[in-house]
Amino acid sequence: MDWQGQKLAEQLMQLLLLAFAVVAFATGYFIGSFQMMILIYAGGVILTSLITVPNWPFFNRHPLKWLDPSEDEKHPKPQHSVTSNSKKKSKK
Amino acid sequence: MCAMASFSDNLNSPSPSAEVQVLNINWFQKQPNGNDEVSLTLNISADLQSLFTWNTKQVFVFLAAEYETPKNSLNQISLWDGIIPSKEHSKFTIHTSNKYRFIDQGSNLRGKEFNLTLHWHVMPKTGKMSASKIVISGYHLPEEYR
Repeated sequence: MDWQGQKLAEQLMQLLLLAFAVVAFATGYFIGSFQMMILIYAGGVILTSLITVPNWPFFNRHPLKWLDPSEDEKHPKPQHSVTSNSKKKSKK
Repeated sequence: MCAMASFSDNLNSPSPSAEVQVLNINWFQKQPNGNDEVSLTLNISADLQSLFTWNTKQVFVFLAAEYETPKNSLNQISLWDGIIPSKEHSKFTIHTSNKYRFIDQGSNLRGKEFNLTLHWHVMPKTGKMSASKIVISGYHLPEEYR
């Protein structure tokens, strides 16, 4: 799951849980059944888990673009001696 | 969700009714230790259907004899109780002698005027318990032991 996917999963979870809570309360209140409210909400929690927990393909639409390994060769790391010199200079 | 369910109980305005008849004074005597005890036959009928909402678990109901003595301004003696598990059982008529003994702390019951009060506690599935009562007055115990 990429960064955008994680954000999407979080938003989906909040939206779905809230929506199921509203639907569950409304249904339970109008048919007068507390048990039905709990069952609908429990079903909603399970469905939300199935949607937002597994790593579905639609959570991977923005893959991270890593630099090509050849870029590393083009920009070599500074030499050890150079870094030690600069440190001494900065201290002085 | 539960808070909403609990809140929705406020939309219900219950109008329960109750009626109690004392059919008979089975016996009325003074115990050897000096306390008066009386045995009654009661006919309790109540309609508590309006107490039940979709958020009601059960209702506990008890009938208490309440009277005043020189020593205590309020004596309450539970004579009968019951648990009503559902709305279907909340309209009932019960013919019974007192389930718990009606014993005074002393010898004050002869000719005593007393109330029979039906108390109930509503136990919701979620939220705060509530309690209320119906006071039925105008009962008298006999002047003499029997």
